[in-house]
Amino acid sequence: MTTATTSAGRRRTGAGDVVLSVRDLHVTFPSEAGDVRAVRGLDFDLRAGETMAIVGESGSGKSVTSLAVMGLHPASAQITGSVRLHGEEILDRDDAAMSKLRGKAMSMVFQDPLSALTPVYTVGDQIVEAIQLHRPMPAAQAWKEAVELLDLVGIPNPQARVRSFPHEFSGGMRQRAMIAMAIANDPDVIIADEPTTALDVTIQAQVLEVLKRAQRETGAAVIMITHDLGVVAGMADRVTVMYAGRPVEQGSVDDIYYRPQMPYTIGLLGSVPRLDAAERQPLATVEGNPPSVVNLPPGCPFAPRCPLAEEQCWTTEPALVEHSGSLARRVTAGPDSEAATVAGHAAACHLADRVVRDGLRYTDIFPVAEHAWSALEQVPREQRQPVLQISGLKRHYPLMKGAVLRRRVGTVYAVDGIDLEVREGETLGLVGESGCGKSTTLMEVLNFLPPTDGTITVLGKNPAALRGRARKELRRDLQIVFQDPMASLDPRMTVFDLIAEPLKAHGWSKADTAARVEELMATVGLDPSHVNRYPGQFSGGQRQRIGIARALALKPKLLVLDEPVSALDVSIQAGVINLLDQLKAELGLSYLFVAHDLAVIRHIADRVAVMYLGSIVEHGDVDQVYDNPRHPYTQALLSAIPIPDPETERTRERILLRGELPSPADPPSGCKFRTRCPRKLALPESDQERCVTEPPPLLPVGTDHTSACHFNDTDRHVDVVA
Amino acid sequence: MSTNNPLELIDEMPTPTHGANAPTSKRLSRRQLVVRRFLRNKTAVLGLLVLVVMALLAVFGPLISAWDYRDVDRTAFLSEPDSRHPFGTTQSGVDMFALTLRGLSKSLVIGLAVAVISTGIAAVVGAFAAYFGGWFERIALWVIDLLLVVPSFLIIAIMMSADRSGTNQSGFDRFVSAAPQWIVLVVLLALFGWMLAARVVRSLSLSVKEREYVQAARFMGIPAPVIIVRHILPNISSLLIIDATLNVAAAILAETSLSFFGFGVKPPDTSLGVLLGVGARQATTFPWLFVPPAVTVVLLILAVNAVGDGLRDALDPTSGSGGRV
Repeated sequence: MTTATTSAGRRRTGAGDVVLSVRDLHVTFPSEAGDVRAVRGLDFDLRAGETMAIVGESGSGKSVTSLAVMGLHPASAQITGSVRLHGEEILDRDDAAMSKLRGKAMSMVFQDPLSALTPVYTVGDQIVEAIQLHRPMPAAQAWKEAVELLDLVGIPNPQARVRSFPHEFSGGMRQRAMIAMAIANDPDVIIADEPTTALDVTIQAQVLEVLKRAQRETGAAVIMITHDLGVVAGMADRVTVMYAGRPVEQGSVDDIYYRPQMPYTIGLLGSVPRLDAAERQPLATVEGNPPSVVNLPPGCPFAPRCPLAEEQCWTTEPALVEHSGSLARRVTAGPDSEAATVAGHAAACHLADRVVRDGLRYTDIFPVAEHAWSALEQVPREQRQPVLQISGLKRHYPLMKGAVLRRRVGTVYAVDGIDLEVREGETLGLVGESGCGKSTTLMEVLNFLPPTDGTITVLGKNPAALRGRARKELRRDLQIVFQDPMASLDPRMTVFDLIAEPLKAHGWSKADTAARVEELMATVGLDPSHVNRYPGQFSGGQRQRIGIARALALKPKLLVLDEPVSALDVSIQAGVINLLDQLKAELGLSYLFVAHDLAVIRHIADRVAVMYLGSIVEHGDVDQVYDNPRHPYTQALLSAIPIPDPETERTRERILLRGELPSPADPPSGCKFRTRCPRKLALPESDQERCVTEPPPLLPVGTDHTSACHFNDTDRHVDVVA
Repeated sequence: MSTNNPLELIDEMPTPTHGANAPTSKRLSRRQLVVRRFLRNKTAVLGLLVLVVMALLAVFGPLISAWDYRDVDRTAFLSEPDSRHPFGTTQSGVDMFALTLRGLSKSLVIGLAVAVISTGIAAVVGAFAAYFGGWFERIALWVIDLLLVVPSFLIIAIMMSADRSGTNQSGFDRFVSAAPQWIVLVVLLALFGWMLAARVVRSLSLSVKEREYVQAARFMGIPAPVIIVRHILPNISSLLIIDATLNVAAAILAETSLSFFGFGVKPPDTSLGVLLGVGARQATTFPWLFVPPAVTVVLLILAVNAVGDGLRDALDPTSGSGGRV
């Protein structure tokens, strides 16, 4: 207890000194199937003012590391090694002693700000509690500090908002409040566990700015845990890549991004779709799945997925060592060593020397899918048949109040007049932040019910007018792949039954069905001998492949994809995107692809429509829109997306949007984007008036490019991507 | 992707353990899989065996018993178990073994039939109400609420004992007087026993209905009844099975209390409930009147529960007990 207070009382001595030092950290959870070795030997030093990112896919042990350092791990976990804060061992402290450190010397920002704040207390109460817990002070002073903290993290009108409850805050504001709590006691170490994963990109950009500002103000060291390589490139000084519980590569952010040595890192970087890649650059396909950390076989855990794997990779696990290309120098220190571990760049790979010497890139190591153009895509767009036409589509939901006498108190303008067209062999990407109406649009297309206003035409027919057999036949040509492959597959059905279901519904014979299912499983890259398995026995990427196989079963013409890869890990995501690309070329499919990830859309789509608050603000050829965005919202959206390239990230100018998405029940008059528009601020008063009164139509700004802004030509060209 | 990591996935079908080197790629229908998983659960198989033996005893019992349940042995009133009467006799000289067999056959039929029918009604009404919503749901809920506030015991008692010999018989009257009494009892017990379960089924179905796989099925063009049977009901089967197993016990008890007041099974016919009711009063002095029906009821309910648990695990792919051994 006393040591805790002294160490917490002692301030860090200066920037660059080691604050937190972790040596040979092992975390093991006993389980029925065997020991789950979640972390297997992690070393790092964290210096004051430095940001270290821990990158890895789900199950790589990155979150467990943060919990173990904070002492928040479950009681069943067995932890060995050493964690020192200001040179004092904290791993063996009991919970009471750790509580003196948590929130004061070390604090944490969690992923889900909704569940991290207690809903029954005001945000102010919770910040004041965090302050008073470690620094006894009069309530009035603590409240004053709370207001200052909220102001620091950019919450507008903090005097009033401090008395708000968490549910009155939006997701981004909650995460700001979490950051305010984390920095309330001027901590030495802030651990941010996927702090922006649950947020939209424009909000993510705001929150990352706040996190940077918080770090500047407190001079704290930050451990950033994330799977998003773009965020890492913009935030981190140093990076630790984890795989199957072990660090497989450590180094400065530039070393990792520009000179990766471990094939896993190389594959990971190669499998991220790039926003700044003009032409279709094929993505690296890292085959297979991350191993389970129960009963790991000997050898390198990545060997089963590594195309370079040699004899020794299967027998001995490589140590984390520095590679110069010719000679490996062991730098990993033992658990007792005081020496700084990896000052430079180290990788745990037997073959890293070869990688360095030969300068291997992901295209040299991993199979890359060549993009094939279907016969349909050779035909000029104007000559192809439209498969989906949406004109003037509106979907309004009544807002009701009262339990007995229900009356209408308003309208939610979920989709408010949009026009879209998908032609044969084409992919239309529909992007926007959550709440912009993109999912509602999808459901309108799929529900076959008359919309509030406007028409939907699928393959030349109006689905709402069809009945019986004709309706069912149209269903055959229009299939969907859902976002969450776990939720979209009935857990009680075997893979065979799942894929065969649409076939049965459309009257295929037993023999034909069996043959078709086998064919489909092979098409999407699943082992046809797994027909008896339940979806729960597959990994996320495989489940999504089952979903795709099911959607393809009836040979549809139009596939609607609702965020099909957003629930998947990066290396798995690339495989699914490549598969979709290949299927489209082979089967002549058309896609309506809904996503919030603009980089994925750039990679896969031919044309793109950007939605904001139920309307389309920019629409056109994907390269034109991305290279020359004309609507201020598209510009902000593109500039908010982190690019996995540290150099670009450092030099990029971000357009930060103010505030949050207005409620679709009460959209702003005139131009819906005017409340957050950075362009409007630069306009003269008289022009601003026009934004308030007159809703802008989609105006042509290129050959196949329209933008809904009165002042499209105000700034000719904004280079937001690179 | 085709190379699965075998470590990550629980191997559902370990080849060597089943059949003569059956290849894993052999496709099994859902029913075959469920049967196979059920058979792996030893307790459930034992329970099923007990049920089968009981059913056989109920049907063929009179053949192995020396006495009929209507016979009166005037030489042995209230005698202890001996070689002539293995379970002893009652006060009126009826063989206890014959009575237990007769009671078992009645209670087995009433218990199982009521459970299956009332859970079936609950499943269908609850799931359809949830899936279709709107007016169908409202009417279903009205009927449920109405039946819940009706004193079911009184109604069954009145219906069972009403005089239906009048000249202007309704269809229901004709059914009641024509059908055997136990069928009427089963129908009435089932009719008043499904409402609470239906409400629970409805609320569970409401959440399952919103799942993406139900939407996916709709977008595939699968008709609503098929979606309900194939997707919604299996995913709430745990509740249905628990409900059904509880209903077996509840139906036997309900029949007991009805019989106690003379509305259920009427003498000389008997049921386990009737036997228990009579025997319980003399359990300490003449235990042979109480022990045989009590043991039978306990065995019956344990067996039903074991089968229910086994079925639940067999239907639920996430349960480890169904698959791993």
